[in-house]
Amino acid sequence: MDGKNVNSIELRLPSRLGFEKIAMSTASSVAKLMGFAPERIEDLKTAIAEACINAMEHGNKLDESLIVVVILSMDETSLEVKVLDMGTGPPGVVHAPNMDKKMHGEEPSRGMGMFLIQALVDEAEWVSSPPSGSYARLVIRLNKTEE
Amino acid sequence: MSELGTKVKMEQVQCASGDPITVLRFAGDITSSSEPAVLGTYGGLSPETSKRILLDFSKVEYLNSSGIALIIQLLYAASQKGQTVQTFGLTPHFQKVFTMVGITKYTKLFPDEATACAGFE
Repeated sequence: MDGKNVNSIELRLPSRLGFEKIAMSTASSVAKLMGFAPERIEDLKTAIAEACINAMEHGNKLDESLIVVVILSMDETSLEVKVLDMGTGPPGVVHAPNMDKKMHGEEPSRGMGMFLIQALVDEAEWVSSPPSGSYARLVIRLNKTEE
Repeated sequence: MSELGTKVKMEQVQCASGDPITVLRFAGDITSSSEPAVLGTYGGLSPETSKRILLDFSKVEYLNSSGIALIIQLLYAASQKGQTVQTFGLTPHFQKVFTMVGITKYTKLFPDEATACAGFE
């Protein structure tokens, strides 16, 4: 891989649950080629799966005629993933799940995807640009410095 | 292509003290479509005879946040019935994820079945 050039790969997935695995395996292969450590690849796989599921379920409302686009862009130091859908973007801010509330039925048991994405990658943002759609942008860096 | 199904095998084992333990051995994918397999199988357990439950994730190939939500629902139901649930067989990555979301407050994670069984004593 030529580290001086920016390279990108684009996937077009139907909004059908299960197809996020294609993005996971592609991202995993790319990250392996770039030299990411196995545990960082697992982080990336979960984050990209959750971003795709959100795009399919909430962005495209599981309408299989609508496509989720995944763009993987590599450079020397990082892998950026954009997951685009036709929705208006997620509402509100990302918050950590409150397990006590979930365990007492005071908070839905679901709704952890964005939290996991943010916790597992080095950068995460959600950009709404209606009417053209919205996207999640994730970045995972090689040689992440310990905090 | 679609999601793989969720398989759940139920077994009764005994810990060293001789007390019975119900093991739910999951295999395949655990996702939003796994509710019948996960909660349906759990719902078939008798609270009287299944006081101690082990969740075995060692053959799970794919787990996402919707699947984790089903495990939270199982833990909630078990806590209502006075059952104790312990977990083993998660990969290091999913041990980290379970810890991140706070599930470990309600189920202990063990590396394997033997230590998980011993954890009940």
